[in-house]
Amino acid sequence: MIAFNKYYNHFNLLSSVLIVVSLLLLIFKGLNFGIDFKGGTLIELRASDSKINVSSLRDRFNQMDLGDVSVKKFGNDTDFLVKFENKDNKKNIIEEIKANLDKSFGNNYDFRRVENVGPKVSAELLKSGVIAISLSLALMLIYIWIRFEWQFSLGAILALFHDVIVTLGVFSLFSLEINLSIIAAVLTIVGYSMNDTVVIFDRVRENLRKYSDIKIFELTNISINETLSRTIITSATTLLALLAIYFFGGEILKGFSLAMILGVVFGTYSSIYIANTVLVRLRVSQKTVLREDDQNKLN
Amino acid sequence: MLYFSKLRIIFIILFSVLFILIASSNLFKFDDSFFDKKINLGLDLQGGSYLLLEIDNEPVIEQKLQNLTTTIRNYFKEKNIKINNIKIDNQNIFFNVSDNDKQSVLDIFQDENSDLNPYYPRFKSHQLEIEDTGLNFKVNFSRQGLIKLKTSSQDQAIEIVRRRVDEVGTNEPNILKRGNNRILVELPGLDDPMRIKSLLGKTANLTFRFVTNDENDRFGVEKLKFENGLEEATVSKRIIISGENLLDAQPKMDTQTNQTIVSFTLDRVGAKRFGKATSTGIGKQLAIVLDGKIISAPVVRDTIASGSGQISGGFTFQTATDLALLLRSGALPAPLEIIEERTVGPDLGQDSINAGMIALAIGFMLVIIFMFVKYKIFGLITNVTLIVNLFILLGVLTLFEATLTLPGIAGIILTVGMAVDANVLIFERIKEELKDETNNILAFDGGYTKSRTAILDANITTLLAAIILFFMGSGPVKGFAVTLGVGIFTTLFSVYFIARLFTSIYVSRNKNKEKLI
Repeated sequence: MIAFNKYYNHFNLLSSVLIVVSLLLLIFKGLNFGIDFKGGTLIELRASDSKINVSSLRDRFNQMDLGDVSVKKFGNDTDFLVKFENKDNKKNIIEEIKANLDKSFGNNYDFRRVENVGPKVSAELLKSGVIAISLSLALMLIYIWIRFEWQFSLGAILALFHDVIVTLGVFSLFSLEINLSIIAAVLTIVGYSMNDTVVIFDRVRENLRKYSDIKIFELTNISINETLSRTIITSATTLLALLAIYFFGGEILKGFSLAMILGVVFGTYSSIYIANTVLVRLRVSQKTVLREDDQNKLN
Repeated sequence: MLYFSKLRIIFIILFSVLFILIASSNLFKFDDSFFDKKINLGLDLQGGSYLLLEIDNEPVIEQKLQNLTTTIRNYFKEKNIKINNIKIDNQNIFFNVSDNDKQSVLDIFQDENSDLNPYYPRFKSHQLEIEDTGLNFKVNFSRQGLIKLKTSSQDQAIEIVRRRVDEVGTNEPNILKRGNNRILVELPGLDDPMRIKSLLGKTANLTFRFVTNDENDRFGVEKLKFENGLEEATVSKRIIISGENLLDAQPKMDTQTNQTIVSFTLDRVGAKRFGKATSTGIGKQLAIVLDGKIISAPVVRDTIASGSGQISGGFTFQTATDLALLLRSGALPAPLEIIEERTVGPDLGQDSINAGMIALAIGFMLVIIFMFVKYKIFGLITNVTLIVNLFILLGVLTLFEATLTLPGIAGIILTVGMAVDANVLIFERIKEELKDETNNILAFDGGYTKSRTAILDANITTLLAAIILFFMGSGPVKGFAVTLGVGIFTTLFSVYFIARLFTSIYVSRNKNKEKLI
């Protein structure tokens, strides 16, 4: 049996630091919002001429007076991603750009993807993203509150907040782009992390009923160990699937799968080291679950 | 938990085979229409254009209020009430009446049977609201009145948008209302939406009006620019004929001048008015105005009584074709603005499909190898279950003709990774049971029973996340929510029916074997 409980305090401290650092990053550095949430235009361009590279593209786009332009390689050497604010929301901007690029590069390029999000739409998308994440957290809270005692709900929710905040913190630290698919990833993380926590909690509750003489500090450790191989196998297969998406699923899914990979790692960690320690700190005992059982009987 | 009746076994097999057949209809063609269904590919996979249009209702409201001032003035004139200082300011109509008339004006506006101010009994609201500010009366649209106005202009606009898109002839466009002032246009297979965008960006409000030098024209005048933006002309506000009078418009080649023109045919009313105007206006210039710009202003040489004519204006064949198309499909009630555009080229879509399939294949292989190494014979059972699960998932998506997007493929891969969870929970539990239980059958039974709550809880939480994503997400993300959510149900089915069936067969044959798992 691995003594997970020996390090409860250490990892609680680490998690607190991680959360504080993530929050500071989110407040002071902020998130790198993509055009979905910031508005603007995105062009994915494929070149068939080696003359077309990041610097020559940047030169051309900077001459066009489009506001802030970012040009990056996208996957391989011939693909580029160009983003700009399109502040005035010009109507025929894509045609103008094509005409302009034709002059320098002729026909040796191709627009593979064009996205243009107006300021009104991006504000709405951001709002609905925030609502979706808040709503999912609230729903999870309600669900686990119905299924478990309040101490368990608190533990699970703290673990969820930890996963979401730290994942976003990593995105802020490395200035990774937040777009619609990242919101989907965060929601899935919420589901996954909850899933992981619930499995361990289910065992803790079962053990609380079974052993009246074991303190919660020991009991959580027993429960973690009993469910450990499941935790490892499920995390492993999920990570294998996600790694396959990350490495072979194409550029568009990179950010999405990275967020999910982070989420699975943090989610697995937090189920053990946050959710359970909350139970320990709240001195959950056999009485906690038996009282609930009695109430259920009365009802 | 390990007992299966014959009936149930037959049901499980039939059910699985049915969905495998449905899923395979994506690859083969079936004559039977029930089986011949296909998963729709999202725009991000097949390539295409997604346009979100917003209707700018300001001009409509302005126009309605303008009309209302006339209506109000005439209405009260009949009732011998004099309306003074009527004006429009910031979407409000202001006017004065004498103190004696104030009450009767209020009564008319607030009468539920008033024909001046329609009453909507369902919403307990009038079309217009009136307020006595002390200085004057203030009239504006009520909330309900505005909603009615917006939905009616949306209804008209979507009709015109549909006609224009149909005329261009893209395959299976999807045109939907969004809210009460937006229209969503999805154009599969279209990699350059330039032409459609420019067609949808035009209101196509066509009028024929005389050019005049008389500043005191009875109908008022306005200065309008020509299309080329260089010249200007003063044009009367009196409309001879408008786009509504057109029956047909076609691009043509004028054989005399060798120019591309648009020829048009007028309806009866239009032909009559056009004939009259051209007979009295010989020698005058008739301006053809489209969306506030003069296309051309030819001099009237003859009376045109035939009800047909032509517009010239230095068109190329393309611009003439587009103008004819716009005139045929009619004018939009209000200008449209493209507030969101997402276009994916077909080759990127194909690349995404390939990448998604490779990721799925590799992810699948990794999980299968892992499970086999870890659980041997039970890993094999899990893997067979996983394959059937994948087919059932595809079958369900096919049956409902769901839309598969790139994140949707990611959702399938993720389902593969997470689907083993339930089986792992069960197997691990069985291992624990076997520590104190020597009877294999009882241990397996216990494993299934005791792991059930954890499995249910775990799947419900993921399902909750998927449901929220489905309702809050848009386009590609919605596709992810669909595969993730459907995947939960197919996983539970395959774990509790298929995997359990295999397990029960294996365990009952080897019930006396030691270390079964």
